Amino acid sequence: MNTLTQENQVSMDGSLQDDHNHDDGHHAPPSGIMRWLLTTNHKDIGTLYLWFSFIMFLTGGLMAMVIRAELFQPGLQLVDPNFFNQMTTVHGLVMVFGAVMPAFTGLANWMIPMMIGAPDMALPRMNNWSFWILPFAFIILLSSLFMEGGGPNFGWTFYAPLSTEYSPDSTALFVFSIHIMGISSIMGAINVIVTVINMRAPGMTWMKLPLFAWTWLITAFLLIAVMPVLAGAVTMVLTDKYFGTSFFEAAGGGDPVMFQHIFWFFGHPEVYIMILPSFGIMSAIIPTFSRKKLFGYSSMVYATASIAILSFLVWAHHMFTTGMPVFAELFFMYCTMLISVPTGVKIFNWVATMWKGSLTFETPMLFAISFLVLFTIGGFSGLMLAITPADFQYHDTYFVVAHFHYVLVTGAIFTIMAAVYYWIPKWTGHMYNERLGKLHFWCSVISVNILFFPMHFLGLAGMPRRIPDYAIQFADVNQIVSIGGFAFGLSQLIFLVVVIKCIRGGEKAPAKPWEGAEGLEWEIPSPAPYHSFTTPPVIK
Amino acid sequence: MFGFGFALVPLYDVLCDQLGINGKTQNSASQYIDNEIDKSRLITVEFISQVQNNMPWEFIPQVNRLQVHPGELVRTHFKAKNLSNLNIVGQAIPSVSPGRGAAYFNKTECFCFNQQTLAAKSSADLPLIFYVDPALPDNISTLTLSYTLYNITDKGYVDVLEQGAAK
Repeated sequence: MNTLTQENQVSMDGSLQDDHNHDDGHHAPPSGIMRWLLTTNHKDIGTLYLWFSFIMFLTGGLMAMVIRAELFQPGLQLVDPNFFNQMTTVHGLVMVFGAVMPAFTGLANWMIPMMIGAPDMALPRMNNWSFWILPFAFIILLSSLFMEGGGPNFGWTFYAPLSTEYSPDSTALFVFSIHIMGISSIMGAINVIVTVINMRAPGMTWMKLPLFAWTWLITAFLLIAVMPVLAGAVTMVLTDKYFGTSFFEAAGGGDPVMFQHIFWFFGHPEVYIMILPSFGIMSAIIPTFSRKKLFGYSSMVYATASIAILSFLVWAHHMFTTGMPVFAELFFMYCTMLISVPTGVKIFNWVATMWKGSLTFETPMLFAISFLVLFTIGGFSGLMLAITPADFQYHDTYFVVAHFHYVLVTGAIFTIMAAVYYWIPKWTGHMYNERLGKLHFWCSVISVNILFFPMHFLGLAGMPRRIPDYAIQFADVNQIVSIGGFAFGLSQLIFLVVVIKCIRGGEKAPAKPWEGAEGLEWEIPSPAPYHSFTTPPVIK
Repeated sequence: MFGFGFALVPLYDVLCDQLGINGKTQNSASQYIDNEIDKSRLITVEFISQVQNNMPWEFIPQVNRLQVHPGELVRTHFKAKNLSNLNIVGQAIPSVSPGRGAAYFNKTECFCFNQQTLAAKSSADLPLIFYVDPALPDNISTLTLSYTLYNITDKGYVDVLEQGAAK
């Protein structure tokens, strides 16, 4: 903090090099790779997180391509079933812990300090560490795929005894990589909490806080609450497999069903960790392109908090078929349905924001609107799954796969893309190519529906998930799904092109490239200088 | 919260125990109370047995299904045979379905209370004596008792070889 305030004199639009020349009392700043390895700057770390997340998105995407290629036809063509299982497992782990969560942390790093008028994150060195342990976690996880016996093949939910009794020898590596990811997430969450609580500009009261900061603050509390539970679960798996304990082994007096309770006690808040920041992004983009103030700001805050609290009371809806007593099934069914109330409040608020607004449809807005529609579809299929008797039919079928891909791909990932398009002028100082951006949007939104919508019907017709082969009557629909999958995968290369072109050049972006945008981040020039808000702004 | 993850283990056991919801039965012999036998009700008790993968034992119930009156003391047995050339220690883990009924299924004697040792190629009848509590809720008319047999020879229980073999 001290050094940063000493740099007040640095002109806002000074280039990176200028800033470093003023780094009085310090040795010369490292350059090349060391700049990135040693950086404690929230913008650098945000960039690192976002690139890491994109690389992981493509890695996990490649695994999805293997899955869809194998499922293009019934029978076994390309890969053996064990490798197929490794693909579904590692695809899930990479997308959840490698793509979606780091992307949100990257956005938080870039945007939260600029949104609340802070010079940096509160704990910059920890910030550096929380990023740099992540690549090692994924090197450990991915390297296990190349080992004798293969990588994790028990599904990303690693149910015991699949992950204990029947798992490959490399399971210890899976466990350690999850530990590292957990530590990284917790450090990122601590940083967000400390920053938002302590470093808001004078005058920024809680109810003036931008919703992205609000939703991330609540997400951070969820992370701190449940990531250690996940760490506990993997540790029990580790000791069950290698050290002869019997937490989940019936032979030693343990209980495999208890694994599912512990896992989903983490797992359900986890799905809100992956969607609450999206709600914050939506609440920034929709008002901008509607040129209206967000409808119902305070109800958005309360709805987010209610969702977070309810998320701890619904975990067993993943386990309706484990033979719970009827009372428990009803309790978890009603609690789950209750979550649709605050979520509905949000959806209605966004629609009300758009109502009678003067809308324009730039790429961020297109992604935001498609989120609104497609996430709602995912929400409705979630409601269907929440109905206990109906869940007995849907459980472990492609209906579930369709549901969670609607909420995670067209939910979380679409808003991450919307956020990148929305804020990239601020990051690079250039406008992205709007035509390419729209092309990316339309290719994505069409292919993603070809990919995931027919899965609902496959699931209702009884196709089980996590299988490399299927009954012949599912062949046609699977072919359509696979074609949609390949198209969606290829469409993301357009995104890569747009981002690289935007970094290299393009139309110069003004400080506030969007007419209707509001917020402190638009008051600093584009590209945002290396150090911003070294003097806190005053909020009226 | 890391500690909480582990604290969930005893918490879960206590909860399941108190509510009798996960099909676990008593781990020790219960005392037979000379209840009035409720002749008006007939409960079907089904027996299922399974052997853990790679365990070279045959393990089957003597009868698959019994009709019993609540309160009546019933004796049956399971046949176990060691098909291998090695002494093997087994542990049977019972589970009752529906889980709600587990608390009403009382065993006064069960091979599952101890480890069972079978010498190579030998066989044994493993006894089970039980009664169904007359307080069994009216909506339960069938109880399924499932035993899964686990090979625990390598788990350091070899010292009980003699003790178990007596059965």
